[in-house]
Amino acid sequence: MTTEARTSVAKAASGIAVSARDLWAGYDSTPALEALTFDLPAGSLAGLAGPNGSGKSTLLKTLLGLLRPWRGRVELFGVPASAARGRAGYAPQADLVDWEFPVTVGDVVMMGRYGRLGLLRRPGAADREAVARALDQVGLAGLADRQGGELSGGQQRRMLIARALAQEDDLLLLDEPMAGLDATSQHDILALFERLRSQGKTLLVATHDLSCVAACFDLALLLNRRLVAFGPPAEIFTPDVLSEAFAEHLLLLPTEGGVFVGHHGHG
Amino acid sequence: MADVWGWFADPLEFEFMRRALLAVALVGVVSAVVGAFVVVRGMAFIGDALAHASFAGVATAFALGASIYLGATVAALATALGIAFISQRGRLRFDTAIGVLFVGAFALGIVIVSRQENYTVDLFSFVFGNVLGVSWGDLLVMAVVGLVVVALVAAFYKELLFTAYDPVVAAATGVPTGWVEYGLLAVLALSTVVALQAVGIVLVVAMLVTPAATATLLVRRLHHVIAVGVAVALVAAVAGLYVSYHAGVASGASIVLVATALFAAAFLLAPRRGLLARWLLDRARRRELGGAPS
Repeated sequence: MTTEARTSVAKAASGIAVSARDLWAGYDSTPALEALTFDLPAGSLAGLAGPNGSGKSTLLKTLLGLLRPWRGRVELFGVPASAARGRAGYAPQADLVDWEFPVTVGDVVMMGRYGRLGLLRRPGAADREAVARALDQVGLAGLADRQGGELSGGQQRRMLIARALAQEDDLLLLDEPMAGLDATSQHDILALFERLRSQGKTLLVATHDLSCVAACFDLALLLNRRLVAFGPPAEIFTPDVLSEAFAEHLLLLPTEGGVFVGHHGHG
Repeated sequence: MADVWGWFADPLEFEFMRRALLAVALVGVVSAVVGAFVVVRGMAFIGDALAHASFAGVATAFALGASIYLGATVAALATALGIAFISQRGRLRFDTAIGVLFVGAFALGIVIVSRQENYTVDLFSFVFGNVLGVSWGDLLVMAVVGLVVVALVAAFYKELLFTAYDPVVAAATGVPTGWVEYGLLAVLALSTVVALQAVGIVLVVAMLVTPAATATLLVRRLHHVIAVGVAVALVAAVAGLYVSYHAGVASGASIVLVATALFAAAFLLAPRRGLLARWLLDRARRRELGGAPS
């Protein structure tokens, strides 16, 4: 066994879900991610935050194996991301989905099983059970026959999460699952995240909402092309770190309990 | 009663009408199956482009005395792969690239035709369609190609569905989306070749789009869209052919007009998504809220 293989096995055993070492990635000639190094422990609920263009989506795509790193390594449970396609469930931003497409909620969630099924095989009883379980977990059990366009915004997000859950992978990568939702729907989704974490899932959630990360997440990964900070929100959300990550996009007000975080314009 | 029976039975006395009926039915089924993907992915322009581009192949084959179907197939497949390549690697806007490619190929076809001393109705039947001129040999080619198309769609249905709905997530879960893209374009190219002689280059896109578009107004799962689209296409094909026989009008165009009429009916009267249903629902809501009727 090579040293590298041994480290990989050790990582899997010690419960590192995502491991990045000097990770560079990007499109064309501009790097979108520079020299990222971090270890995301398995079973954590982590927020991936940063301004627009900070590389959040690029990082998710690299983790999904859709984008090859320019330099450095990234591993999911000790397996290089490029070889780990289909090892992480992924929910894209809801506004990238065609909500008028002729598919039902049940059809969409079943897509989460396709990678596992492979070519030329049809979904069977086990797949239908996995879909039912996933729908049940996100609270859409009665809505399998609806079309996406007939769901509320919060239900649409939960449908996309259910598809990721139907993959039955231990890592979930979610892109802006709460953007544009009202407080009640956001609360439902956060409650779902906590249930999933208690089942041993690892969640990495890209979001603009820093106050939500501060209040509800175990870990925050602040990105601005480089890794600005990584750790428990209470420790890393300091005025210095936040202004480095967000520069002029944030409104920071020192208050008695800590720092008030607001967004410019709508903060 | 005898008249109605005669209206249906009389044309069947002629062998060319029996062949034509088989041909349009075949075209209807194949076009509707592929058309479902064309409609949900917004690929109508590509379908039109492939049909036009295949004219270069038809003309070349005609000039060389080779099989016209072979020529059309090669030209349509080459254009399809060119489009797929440009869309995955290129820097041009997608519709721009298609526009450049297909008009170029169509023009090449016209140039080749204009050099022919004896270009005939034969060749221009591909432009406007001449289903009454279909031979048993043509029918055999159409049936074999059509069968290949339908079998491929059935075999890779779930990959086609996932890639159409959400290509990024499909790729992330391990679906070979690049191959699926190439495959769908190849299948689309083959289905335009099947439809070519029956309805003509100009109207191929209608067979791809109209039945499937009608179906999307009526049902809401992709495999149901395919099934209903096939039914709409069959009705349009058979009814259109009869109308063309009795009224003495062009067959391809009357098939397309029947399909268009079915689409219009669905657009107005579809149970949930039709104009009338939406208007009634809107009025009921207003009444419920005590507002003024509009």
